[in-house]
Amino acid sequence: MTKIMTLISTLLITLSVNAADYAIDTKGAHASINFKVQHLGFSWLTGRFNNFEGSFSYDEEKPEASKIQVNIDTTSIDSNHAERDKHLRSDDFLNVDKHPKATFVSTGFKALGNGKMKVMGDFTLNGVTKTITIDAEKVGGGKDPWGGYRVGFSGDAKINMGDFNFKKNYGDVWLELHVEGIKK
Amino acid sequence: MLKNTKQTYGSFAKVMHWLVALVVIAMFAVGFWMVTLDYYSEWYKVAPHYHKSVGILLAIIVVFRLLWRVLNPRPEALKSHAKWEIVIAHLAHWVMYILLFAIFLSGYLISTADGRAIEVFNWFGVPSMGEFIANQEDVAGEFHQYLAYFLIGLVLVHGAAALKHHFIDKDSTLRRMMWGSDNSDHK
Repeated sequence: MTKIMTLISTLLITLSVNAADYAIDTKGAHASINFKVQHLGFSWLTGRFNNFEGSFSYDEEKPEASKIQVNIDTTSIDSNHAERDKHLRSDDFLNVDKHPKATFVSTGFKALGNGKMKVMGDFTLNGVTKTITIDAEKVGGGKDPWGGYRVGFSGDAKINMGDFNFKKNYGDVWLELHVEGIKK
Repeated sequence: MLKNTKQTYGSFAKVMHWLVALVVIAMFAVGFWMVTLDYYSEWYKVAPHYHKSVGILLAIIVVFRLLWRVLNPRPEALKSHAKWEIVIAHLAHWVMYILLFAIFLSGYLISTADGRAIEVFNWFGVPSMGEFIANQEDVAGEFHQYLAYFLIGLVLVHGAAALKHHFIDKDSTLRRMMWGSDNSDHK
């Protein structure tokens, strides 16, 4: 009996070690939340959110058990044009006075093999919460040269301005996500 | 006469007064309207371009106006004006000047927050001095908006006071800023 208990607890410890927790490396800016929107249908306009923080847990063996949470400071939107950024922060779009935070909380992971996965989660933007799916891919992972352990992913998702009650709706926004986590 | 005397405003001061009045009111109207424009409006790019161009030129004109003001004799207040009227009127004039410059500065700080220059009618550019505070365009934008409301409020009070002197007190306060009629009666 005690042997079984020991076995189970050993297994649990092993499992929790494998399902490691990672902090997204925003301090070193090895992560970015970029977006692109079509300009008049002629070209892509790109921008990003400069300030965000988050963490995830990831287990190579059990990717389905992964979790991720990210908090985004919507006032930090940056499209490299002050007047446009001012407009994007106004109540025509992000309404950052009322909704200075956007969040993404995963609700499920689906492994597709080869490091590819679908990440389902609740995305809250402009006070509206919608389920979105991120097509994600593991880029790489391992020991870094400074004594830490890192793993990184990239992902793409598409949202629509109208779904998040933007007063002005100029269509779809493509999110291009890059995260590198440092094992806690 | 171009220059002021102790009794009368010269043509330069009059032209400046009415030009700045007209431009300030027009700028307020354009500013109020242009922020509501849809992206696909044909005015969406042009109206802010004109607003910024005229704003820079207006700032230069107001600097000259102030220089002229300090270098010229100042017409004395009418003898019929009460002491408190003179003090309040002068206070209003100076607050309007201060507001104008605060509005010029805040407007400049919106458009130059990303390092871009302000193009004046594609004639010359006023370079950026960079970003002084985080999200400068938002902070400067709030100042620009509310200071403009304050200025226009003060303009209305200033105009109402001039009309009161003209129609109720029937003195030459308003006429001295006009042309034509005899405005030398130093009542």
